[in-house]
Amino acid sequence: MLAAKTKDWFGMTKELLKINIGLQHPSTHGVLRLITELDGETVKSVEPVIGYLHRGMEKLAESRTYLQYLPMVDRVDYLSGFFCQEAFCSAVEKLSDIEVPERAKYIRCLLMELNRITSHLLWLGTYLMDLGASSPIFYAFREREMILRIFENLTGQRMMYNFHVFGGVKRDLSAEILDEIEKFLEIFPEKIKEYESILTDNPIFLSRTKGLGILTKNVALNYSITGANLRASGLNTDFRKQKPYLVYDKLDFEVSTETAGDCYARYLVRIAEMKQSQRIAAQCVDYLKNNSGEFKNSSVNPLAIKPQGEASSFVEAPRGLMICTVTADGSEKPYRVKWRTGSFYSVQILPELLKDRNFADIMAIFGSLDVILSEVDR
Amino acid sequence: MEFVIQPYVEFMIEHKIPYVLAFSMWYVLEFLLISVFLLIAVLIFILAERKLLALFTVRKGPNRVGLGGCLQTVADAIKLLFKEDLVPEKADRFLFGLAPIVVFAPVMFVWTLLPFSMSILPVKSDVGVLFFMAVMLIPVMGILIAGFASRNKYSLLASFRAVVQLISYEIPMMFASLAVVVLSGSMSFIDIVTEQYKYGLLSWYVFPSFLGFLVFFIASLASMNRTPFDLHEAESELISGHTVEYSGMKFAMFYMAEYAAAFIICAFASIMFLGGYMSPLPISLADLFAKSELLYGIVLTCEQIFWLVLKTCLLLFVVIWIRATLPRMRTDKFAEFSWKYLLPISVVNLLIVCIIKLGGLYVF
Repeated sequence: MLAAKTKDWFGMTKELLKINIGLQHPSTHGVLRLITELDGETVKSVEPVIGYLHRGMEKLAESRTYLQYLPMVDRVDYLSGFFCQEAFCSAVEKLSDIEVPERAKYIRCLLMELNRITSHLLWLGTYLMDLGASSPIFYAFREREMILRIFENLTGQRMMYNFHVFGGVKRDLSAEILDEIEKFLEIFPEKIKEYESILTDNPIFLSRTKGLGILTKNVALNYSITGANLRASGLNTDFRKQKPYLVYDKLDFEVSTETAGDCYARYLVRIAEMKQSQRIAAQCVDYLKNNSGEFKNSSVNPLAIKPQGEASSFVEAPRGLMICTVTADGSEKPYRVKWRTGSFYSVQILPELLKDRNFADIMAIFGSLDVILSEVDR
Repeated sequence: MEFVIQPYVEFMIEHKIPYVLAFSMWYVLEFLLISVFLLIAVLIFILAERKLLALFTVRKGPNRVGLGGCLQTVADAIKLLFKEDLVPEKADRFLFGLAPIVVFAPVMFVWTLLPFSMSILPVKSDVGVLFFMAVMLIPVMGILIAGFASRNKYSLLASFRAVVQLISYEIPMMFASLAVVVLSGSMSFIDIVTEQYKYGLLSWYVFPSFLGFLVFFIASLASMNRTPFDLHEAESELISGHTVEYSGMKFAMFYMAEYAAAFIICAFASIMFLGGYMSPLPISLADLFAKSELLYGIVLTCEQIFWLVLKTCLLLFVVIWIRATLPRMRTDKFAEFSWKYLLPISVVNLLIVCIIKLGGLYVF
């Protein structure tokens, strides 16, 4: 921390302005608190304070059976519930050697990619809101709403899906829902073009994001940054390619990377990821329409799961690598569940990125990292 | 305004009302009329903005109060009227109360300079442009007072930003309006409009001084705190800046002042560059239909008000459109923008205008 008081040339005591951004601030995306010291409008130090959304997700698992814990898992990251479900379910499946049918894998894959689109759309809208543009959020929400409708029709919930079960999913995708998804996937590329037409070459947007908050490859690796933020720094890491889970090895898609590492690069990566997600989802829909099969492993009795040992599952979530480690001792309750989520590491890097930046850049940089506080605190 | 003044004077003489009283009553009446007009214009403008923004962003906008939401702003105003007036414990009570007045009064004040038509002009000033420029700077002082008085760090930062913004946009704006003064040879708004009527549409100053118009428009966006230059309002950074601690009627005064200023600046922009209240059409309704002198005066006045309001509304539409499109600029980037681009462009524009004027190239 910087010394709070310094003397200027005339011997006058100069005090830094200590300002508390947060909890109730519109741009902190939840309940992050940033204790900031300003010299004029220049940020001298930032101290993120987290923990205001701590719900004890990990501890709660220890007093619940595997099935009882499953509905809570969505809340680890409330914007990408399917990813949390997948992380936990696949860890338990690994532990107790549950086979997941091919169709169920495709369904999970499809839902996750749609969920990634909703998550990135929400990021796009709120990020532009942070930069002061009021309308992109409505365009982004218009498309997000379409996906949420589909999810609601399918699972009965808009955000907390609770749709995975051990060894598959709760119910099969009907032909109508597949048609709906296909219809959405058809129009979505045009909508992305729409966002890009008002943003990608917008001079004010460029001046607010380009060359700002540069995250070099080394710094990003040292801070364990993962996901889109790391890919924007020029590292081609995507667990869907590196350690293919579900059916990602059978799907055709590209990992989008940028080398600049600034806010603009992170924007480009997320836009490109949405396009790839659309591509993956279209392939999944294609498979699901032409193939039939079991949507869950009906031999599994979810009440009688009593695994032993330890297993981790890796999921490439929208906000970075998500790892769920389940340690089991043979009883019906897990001994320990550990979550590793991307946002936690993105918050860590804030003091480094924000030092000596303009006050307005706090929101531009913090927003570009795509942090969700429920994921940070768990 | 002879067609109204004449009957008024006759009425006063008939009822033996002293001259001084009649004279001052006339001014009070005129001013009341115009301020009520301003307030109604502001209410309509706020509603129009919300409706338009809703259209731009695929929403419905206000649609509950009144027919199609037309009474929404009235309801909002009444709500604000009845809200508790909160003053922060450690705030400077006097300055805290003074700030909204300092912001609101000059805007009403400047409004009196606006020539609605040839005859409706409460204050005829020979230095209109200068006066307008000078008075429109006072609200920034109010914002500064508000920032210091409310003892809030966000407000304080906002008031710093307001001043930074002011010294950035003010000079280009002055140079841009100087071009108009050079072209018309007068600082009086009436003269400026009359000069622009000499050759119809083509003598509008937007043509010889197009760059000046652009600079004036961009700078006026900054002076009305509109996106992309709403630096000191910045709800995502400074949480609405200087108005953070204000509630109730005091907040409403800030809010009204902002929208009234937007309306007024657009009105003055249309007077200085777009021919003001003069019709762009070669014929007017008054010439065609009005038989008597009184009717002619009334029709002509209405027509001129119509054209002025139409031109103002077009400019306001662009302002709202820009708000729906662009993100906010950063303070230092804005200062850079105005000193590096706006100022040189406005000076070049002044040079071009001088050459046109001096060389007699301005043949229109």
